Amino acid sequence: MPCDRGLSSRITLPSAPLAVREALASLVGSPVIRSLPQEDRLNAEILLAEVLNNCVEHAYGDGKGEIEVSLALRRGRLACEIVDRGRPMAGRTLPPRRDLRAGAAPPLAEGGFGWPIIRALARDLAYRNENGVNRLTFRLGPAEADCCP
Amino acid sequence: MNLEAEARGDLLVVRVQEERIDAASAIQFKDRMRELVAAPCPRVLLDLSRVTFLDSSGLGAVVSVMKLLGPDRRLELAALGPVVQKVFRLTRMDRVFTIHERVSDAL
Repeated sequence: MPCDRGLSSRITLPSAPLAVREALASLVGSPVIRSLPQEDRLNAEILLAEVLNNCVEHAYGDGKGEIEVSLALRRGRLACEIVDRGRPMAGRTLPPRRDLRAGAAPPLAEGGFGWPIIRALARDLAYRNENGVNRLTFRLGPAEADCCP
Repeated sequence: MNLEAEARGDLLVVRVQEERIDAASAIQFKDRMRELVAAPCPRVLLDLSRVTFLDSSGLGAVVSVMKLLGPDRRLELAALGPVVQKVFRLTRMDRVFTIHERVSDAL
């Protein structure tokens, strides 16, 4: 993968909520994320948190497993690859889009916020499940993308 | 999960003394809030000034606290940092809650 200034970061973490918290601290402190503008750094932490929490909650459930995170700068934008060996996503595809306008009316849902956040902040989302490996790739969207409907 | 509650007239101000309400702490947050709002108070204000990070699990926990207050009591929020504000905006939950810039604005 061609990288600007060779900036990249790769970490492996066990599937657990506290491990996600530690991994985020380490990723946010990595040179690749520190090189981004402030707004992108915030968006990167929000986005990576949702993706990693999904691996813990859905791919592995209560089971054990590892998650690999690879970050790189490509043409000035953050490119991410998240790999796990847990359960595939339903239908082996990304979940359908949800209209949050309906969710903002009672009765309020207490969950299902993760994917709308991911879709709002990520670009070029792609998912594959092959040979028992889940691979999610995306780029961090431009900072102004979070004002879209 | 360190939460501090203080009654001010009809308002119960709950200050979250943690930097994160995330998947690792959302359940503790919800459980602790359930204890605190057992006291009779028509309005509950969540002071989020110390919270620098909130994810979708944390957001879900805040929504569930509002629901457990029932239809006659309100959950209001104050002092949202940039990440918290963004997560509420992206999920449109900023339209559901009364959000104050400062705690003093809610008094």
